[in-house]
Amino acid sequence: MYDFSFQSPASAADAASALGAAEDGKILAGGQTLLPTMKQRLAMPSDLISLKGCRDLVGISSDGSTLTIGAMTTHGAVAASTEVAKAIPALSALAGGIGDPQVRNRGTLGGSLANNDPAADYPAAVLGLGATVVTTKREIAADDYFQGMFETALDDDEIITAVRFPIPQAAGYAKFDNPASRYALVGVFVAKTAAGPRVAVTGAGQGGVFRASDIEGQIASGQEPNSASIDEGELNGDIHASPAYRKHLIGVMAKRALASAG
Amino acid sequence: MSATGIGASVKRKEDFRFLTGRGNYTDDINQPGQTYAYILRSSHAHAKIKKIDTADAKSAPGVLAIFTGEDMQVGSLPCGWAVNNKDGSPMNEPPHPPLAQGKVRYVGDQIAVVIAETYAQAKDAAERIVLDLEELPAVTTVDAAIAPGAPLVHDDLAPGNMCYDWEIGDEAETDAAFKGAAHVVSIDVTNNRLVPNAMEPRAAIGDYNKGTGEYTLYTTSQNPHVIRLLMGAFVLQLPEHKLRVVAPDVGGGFGSKIYHYAEEAIVTWASEKVRRPIKWTAERSESFVSDAHGRDHVTHADLALDASGKFLGLKVYTKANLGAYLSTFSTCVPTYLYATLLAGVYTTPKVYANVKSIFTNTVPVDAYRGAGRPEATYLLERLVSKAARELGMDQVEIRRKNFIPADAFPYQTPVALQYDSGDYEATLKKAMELADWNGFAARKAEAAGRGKLRGIGISTYLEACGIAPSAVVGSLGARAGLFESANVRVHPTGSVSIYTGSHSHGQGHETTFAQLVSETLGIPIENVNIDHGDTNRIAFGMGTYGSRSLAVGGEAIMKALGKVVDKASKIAAHLMEASAEDVEFKDGKFTVAGTDKEVDFGTVALTAYVPHNYPHETLEPGLEENAFYDPMNFTYPGGCHICEVEIDPDTGVTKVVNMTAVDDVGRVINPMIVEGQIHGGLAQGIGQALLENCEYDENGQLLSGSFMDYCMPRADNFPGFQATTESTLCAHNSLGVKGCGEVGAIGSPPAVINAVLDALADKGVTDISMPATSHKVWQAIQNAQMPAAAE
Repeated sequence: MYDFSFQSPASAADAASALGAAEDGKILAGGQTLLPTMKQRLAMPSDLISLKGCRDLVGISSDGSTLTIGAMTTHGAVAASTEVAKAIPALSALAGGIGDPQVRNRGTLGGSLANNDPAADYPAAVLGLGATVVTTKREIAADDYFQGMFETALDDDEIITAVRFPIPQAAGYAKFDNPASRYALVGVFVAKTAAGPRVAVTGAGQGGVFRASDIEGQIASGQEPNSASIDEGELNGDIHASPAYRKHLIGVMAKRALASAG
Repeated sequence: MSATGIGASVKRKEDFRFLTGRGNYTDDINQPGQTYAYILRSSHAHAKIKKIDTADAKSAPGVLAIFTGEDMQVGSLPCGWAVNNKDGSPMNEPPHPPLAQGKVRYVGDQIAVVIAETYAQAKDAAERIVLDLEELPAVTTVDAAIAPGAPLVHDDLAPGNMCYDWEIGDEAETDAAFKGAAHVVSIDVTNNRLVPNAMEPRAAIGDYNKGTGEYTLYTTSQNPHVIRLLMGAFVLQLPEHKLRVVAPDVGGGFGSKIYHYAEEAIVTWASEKVRRPIKWTAERSESFVSDAHGRDHVTHADLALDASGKFLGLKVYTKANLGAYLSTFSTCVPTYLYATLLAGVYTTPKVYANVKSIFTNTVPVDAYRGAGRPEATYLLERLVSKAARELGMDQVEIRRKNFIPADAFPYQTPVALQYDSGDYEATLKKAMELADWNGFAARKAEAAGRGKLRGIGISTYLEACGIAPSAVVGSLGARAGLFESANVRVHPTGSVSIYTGSHSHGQGHETTFAQLVSETLGIPIENVNIDHGDTNRIAFGMGTYGSRSLAVGGEAIMKALGKVVDKASKIAAHLMEASAEDVEFKDGKFTVAGTDKEVDFGTVALTAYVPHNYPHETLEPGLEENAFYDPMNFTYPGGCHICEVEIDPDTGVTKVVNMTAVDDVGRVINPMIVEGQIHGGLAQGIGQALLENCEYDENGQLLSGSFMDYCMPRADNFPGFQATTESTLCAHNSLGVKGCGEVGAIGSPPAVINAVLDALADKGVTDISMPATSHKVWQAIQNAQMPAAAE
């Protein structure tokens, strides 16, 4: 790890100013990816701005149609929340299946979304549910937020403050673990909404999380989901799974996610 | 049986220390004035070193010194076992310098060491070393390495990248046996490369004392005396009396901490140059590219059978990957620890094996839990199961038909070993009962109802451990003896310190050995201390590997205890005014037959050190004895492992739903510790079969270089194990013990793969390689069902 300055602002607004002023600042929002990267000397931020003290970024609330979760809410807190379990049980289960207890007690919703790891779980829920990403500057629709592997719509000095999840009629998430890292080799989130089904796939796409519109159509028309039309050329291949295997698993996971949505 | 004697499940004495963070590992040790070393390693698999410019790095903050191979001109890291070619000529043995000389040969090879006031400063400075390397083409697999025109890892020192081309058994007689065969069954198997991943990374502290001229090395070793000998005599030319090697608490080894590593020599040598103690501790990613890897064989084998399924002959052709350099015991693993086991538990009359060991641009390969015996067992038990399927025989019947019968011991195999004891039918029968073998069909049908493919697999195996007789291994090329030493020091108040040359790095010696003392001397286990791991405190020792600690080290303790009892009986005879021949010793008390005279062990101990009333004419004061023990033979644990799996055909996921191990480990001193050892071995064996794989790309970059990509087994990968013992006694040691450290990892991989293939048989799958990952299982089903579309 290289030397850096450490800052601990008390509000999201102060954190955004600090980020804007820093030469090459990074937000510390749990650190489950950033800190290992820094330890391996693959990142050398000038400033590390911790959001731990920003109390305005923590919390879970529901008004019956929308579930709002503060960006610094940990995966563990989401998994344990009765509010989340009542509103969107699939989101509760997804959070409880991220990493291990140590990761769930440090990692946060905002941290995961800002990093946009192509094998992370949360992007599937945010895109699958058509959530809104609220930042220090604006509100971004999920369909506009994810812009490729580790790429998002966030500006350099913009910080996620909360995510607003519309409460669906039903939802389910099925994840096939990478056996070593236990990230999603393939994760499929299915949501039934008033506007029709939404299906988001994580872990498989070369460009990160994506919507599987053909599968959405199959579900809308009452067919069993299948991945026949997914383009293998757009999928990841590595020592754990070929693109063909990932394509096959998208179909299997879509069926399981739909079944768990009930 | 006493509560703390032989056969009692005494709770481990060392666990309080380990579980409450009070262990004392190498990295916990700090010396006044200590500095830190960072090793700059090659990121190329094969490259010529044109220039290393350290000038700028030397001016970095906190740097004391930087050394390269040019600065460190010392001896080669030695190989401990000479293996000859078929024609009797010696193997190719290219030098293994601690810091690279002229070329780097694998990703991780040591280029330079930076010594600084802090580790971070050393690492910062290393980034300022300017390397001018000319990249060369690399080879990572045995087949690529022996292909014509392949890049040469050691140039003309190992033509064709060959270390040796070795054989065992009579090829002509084996060929003749094949002529009369009704069936020949052939198989090709790969034994996948593994990364050991001990919980504690390797570490070393070198400390030169200018005042006394003595060197001390603290190191994460399974055998500190061996390191003292190899590093002292061969690498740095330091005499034993000026070199102390300490291996304190060590957090797991699995073989990877047997070998003498470059870093040990580097910190010891450099501490004399900078006149300060130097500590090096591996980071986890560094362990992946610097700890010796395990396994990595490619084998073709043919088994000849008569019409009834009786084995007539076995021919085996193996190519073993040794990596870039010869690690300490690398050469014996694919030969004397592998091919000598190819008779297995069977009466196969003729066996021939040819082994080619080959250099590649990968991390050196050496012994890893089981070392050679898992490779032999995997090959044999896959082949026997395949033969049963091809001949339409029952998996169990083909094994029974070929078992060496229980009354045939001692049994001479055609491949050098003479088994002393065993009862393979007994372990098979018990395992089949525990696993409910006969109820499998119903479980398979029930699983099919849930859409799951259920399979059962069996492995009946043996291994040779307790290594070993020095005379035998010497005749086979070992450059070391393999005895063990013990010292028993009885203190004046009757408590006892044992100094053993074996080394515990998780095995529970402090408890098991104390039970031997408690049983023999009749004293409470709390009054016994087991000491190991320091060449200044321990007379000598060959360390711990090959499941040898109890069978060799424990026997040495028993021998020394025998001498203590002999002398104590003479002291007791004097105190009781009796003849020593009439004195009996039992439960800690000396008595004289036919009288009520009695004196306890504590009184005798006190008398030995306060010898006011003492037979000074015939006996020296004090009560302390040494013994060395060199066994007559290897020991031969064996047994039966049965695995049951369920496969999800939609995803290819294999779940082990039942794992039964019945092992003959000889007499059991502590059943709880034995069971724990077998559990650990099973976890590693199932890990190899289903999860773990060390994979390089064709350029020699390690693709599975962290836990993100190297799949370490976790508790939720396993069912509860049914592990128990069904023992015959070793015929040539006093305790009747064989060894239990490796059996779990040796017997289980073929049981798992045989179960996977049994589950997939209905889908038309006939072969799968380790690890049988979900991806591979899914692919195998696809290929079997759509041959035309096979990838």
